[in-house]
Amino acid sequence: MPFDESLLFVFMLAAFLGFELVRRVSPLLHTPLMSLTNAISAIAVVGAILVAGSSGASALSRVLGFVAVTASTINVVSGFLITDRMLKMFKKRDKDRR
Amino acid sequence: MDSAIHISYLIAAGLFVLSLKWMSAPATARRGVLAGEVGMLIAIVGTLLRHEVVNYEWILIAFFLGSAIGVPLAYLMPMTAVPQRTALSHAFGALASALVGTAEYYRETPHGFVIVALVIEMLLGFLTFTGSLMAFGKLQEILPGRPIVYRGQNLINLGLLGLAAGFGVALILRPEQTWMFPIFAGLSLLFGVMLIVPIGGADMPTVIALLNSYAGLSASAMGFALDNKLLIIAGALDGSSGFILSVIMCRAMNRSFTNVLFGAFGQVQASAAVAEERPVRSASAEEAAEMLESARLVIVVPGYGLAVAQAQHKLRELYDSLTRRAVDVRFAIHPVAGRMPGHMNVLLAEADIPYEKLFEMDDINGEFAQADVALVIGANDVTNPAARHDKSSPIYGMPILNVDLARTVMVIKRGMSPGFAGVENELYYMDKTLMLFGDAKQFLTSMVKELAALRA
Repeated sequence: MPFDESLLFVFMLAAFLGFELVRRVSPLLHTPLMSLTNAISAIAVVGAILVAGSSGASALSRVLGFVAVTASTINVVSGFLITDRMLKMFKKRDKDRR
Repeated sequence: MDSAIHISYLIAAGLFVLSLKWMSAPATARRGVLAGEVGMLIAIVGTLLRHEVVNYEWILIAFFLGSAIGVPLAYLMPMTAVPQRTALSHAFGALASALVGTAEYYRETPHGFVIVALVIEMLLGFLTFTGSLMAFGKLQEILPGRPIVYRGQNLINLGLLGLAAGFGVALILRPEQTWMFPIFAGLSLLFGVMLIVPIGGADMPTVIALLNSYAGLSASAMGFALDNKLLIIAGALDGSSGFILSVIMCRAMNRSFTNVLFGAFGQVQASAAVAEERPVRSASAEEAAEMLESARLVIVVPGYGLAVAQAQHKLRELYDSLTRRAVDVRFAIHPVAGRMPGHMNVLLAEADIPYEKLFEMDDINGEFAQADVALVIGANDVTNPAARHDKSSPIYGMPILNVDLARTVMVIKRGMSPGFAGVENELYYMDKTLMLFGDAKQFLTSMVKELAALRA
């Protein structure tokens, strides 16, 4: 496969965009932010699925892919759920209290 | 079909960007989570529909297994343990990335830029995996939390990294020499362990953020290897986020990356802190409660010691009872309060303290001069005025909360022991400072009681 330099452009733009977006996040929310980005980067599950499920995969690929899908799924599920659990706790003044 | 899948990835990437954008403020943050979830779902369904994917049983079992572990991990973790959970999830993410790279390497012995991307992916993946497990062990206190240092440590660590990178380059040049692969993987794994060995508790927020960045960059490198732009984008977002957070943490401690990674804080000064006995003023819960009651503005400075004592909820009660008496109570949060970026905010939010009362350092530092009382609970180094003026102090230059400008300073503390940095805090010896000796939770409990008695 020849080198496709558009991938580097995508990376560079995404990194700059990431900097700009994250700089705007209130320090109040840095912990949920980290668990959210963690869940998002578990998109590696896409690569893991391709490894585990493709037709010509060897036994080794299947085992590695299986572990990788499991590990990323843990991150997807627990990452989004705990982010939401934390955000639910951030309430405005007392009237919002149960 | 193929273009439909690409469209699904495009939509997912857009939703991830929106997700981060909405994360900027509490009002929209939960919408951000939803956007992320939908994006993830679309991307996964799109991938499952790809024609290369033919075997579903194992994938479905892995989904099930991962959810069975992930759900309790999200709901049963106490908020004090969120840093550990985060470290663990960096380990999982990095492991997934490293294993996918391994599988790709053995599948087709790639050449050219694919092997370059794979080597970067695996180097970052393996070292982040073991490094995050070590961080998890230290935070969970399975491993000793203090930094472990020995002679020539930096040399050994740099040598290890150099060796791992060297084998990586060799693999890039000669991908078919498969015997080199296990050595490369082993060295990367070992380097991850050795990297965290000298890191102490105070530096954990920086290191967790840094590992976050590595895990993201590893996923991004996977995107290069698999020619998948969605992975590149998601990984780059995560990578830049972790990087920014670690820079913020470093700045909040006035330290550089190299200093965090190679400095082994908390060792050097520990012996120098044998100060002479100096007189301090102490006060009882009753006296303290009276002063708080008659104050107009009280600024509370919470530190991790508050969470260790499980005293957040008692602090809420104190907040409630003071607010009822028309005392303005605010909370000053130093960026490194807690064990990871933003941790203290989550702990206070969990205790039902409204978030608009939580102020960042730069926003509240001007207010201390108007405060009648600054109440310091479980925080130490971040309140030490020596950071402003004492050039010989190891924490000189670190941005601090200007607690000493308040009319009266109260410090709840078990004893006179120094903090993480092993530095004496001159705040405790000031004339306006009242030391409230005792366990944070018990002391807050008795202050709440005294306040209730005052009303009667």
